[in-house]
Amino acid sequence: MNWASTGDFFAMGGYGLYVWGSYAVTALLMTAEPLLAARRRRQALLDHDTGGPARP
Amino acid sequence: MPLTFYTFSSPPRFYALSGALVPWFWAVALALAGVGLWMGFFVAPTDATQGEVYRIIFIHVPAAWMSMLLYLVMAFWAAVGWAFNARLASMVARAVAPTGAMFTFLALWTGALWGKPTWGTWWVWDARLTSELILLFLYLGYIALVEAIDDPRRADQAGALLAVVGAVNVPIIYFSVKWWNTLHQGASVSITSSPKMASTMLTAMLLMSLAFWAYAFAVVLTRSRAIVLEREQASAWVGELAAADGVTQ
Repeated sequence: MNWASTGDFFAMGGYGLYVWGSYAVTALLMTAEPLLAARRRRQALLDHDTGGPARP
Repeated sequence: MPLTFYTFSSPPRFYALSGALVPWFWAVALALAGVGLWMGFFVAPTDATQGEVYRIIFIHVPAAWMSMLLYLVMAFWAAVGWAFNARLASMVARAVAPTGAMFTFLALWTGALWGKPTWGTWWVWDARLTSELILLFLYLGYIALVEAIDDPRRADQAGALLAVVGAVNVPIIYFSVKWWNTLHQGASVSITSSPKMASTMLTAMLLMSLAFWAYAFAVVLTRSRAIVLEREQASAWVGELAAADGVTQ
């Protein structure tokens, strides 16, 4: 085990800002992108029904 | 209809098949990421020279690999769509671009956050970093170009030209650390030499790479399905699908 405590884990040997700054942005984008893609597919089905704007 | 090489170039068949595959890619991505992160943080030892900050490698290298791989995938399908007048291939090429751009951004972002504590700077105009930044501009340029042209097939063709010409940048990124003196370190993993890191570090990095790969499949297929629906609005099968999906208002 690398970490003596939870605080130790979050501190990342003093590099917490860099390590968690990397992982947080990665997690954010890799959560948002699938949600946007799924919403785009649902919207395409809705647009078909309402005769809404068909994107090219 | 017999199953042939062309069977899944039919949009409705592609739509059905990809819809069945997406949940499996998600399952694989989440499982591999879970094991990869556990290994990366709890099994892989502290790096002797860099300390804990090296743990950025478990997302930095997979994101950078995916940024280059996805560009080649995008250029390949764009070229197939152009050369063989295959609409679905062009749609897939368009679906790859945002995911590739996102991984390119992540490679640059995590690289900056790794560079600051180890090199003392967020950014340096060396060959590896500059060529990766150009990759981001190529993705964004491709997206802007295909969205700017109203006729979808003309947009596909213009995009394909840009994508194929831009593909020359990918080997430049890959070999930049060999061809020029860069602040960026050399390849961590190569076919011709043994890995320059502990085996648990390497395993965690490869697991995360496979997780990102499965993620890319899941997201690109989802976006491809959206684009297929958008482009096939006028066809009967989309109408039936919209009605059957219970989204009628």
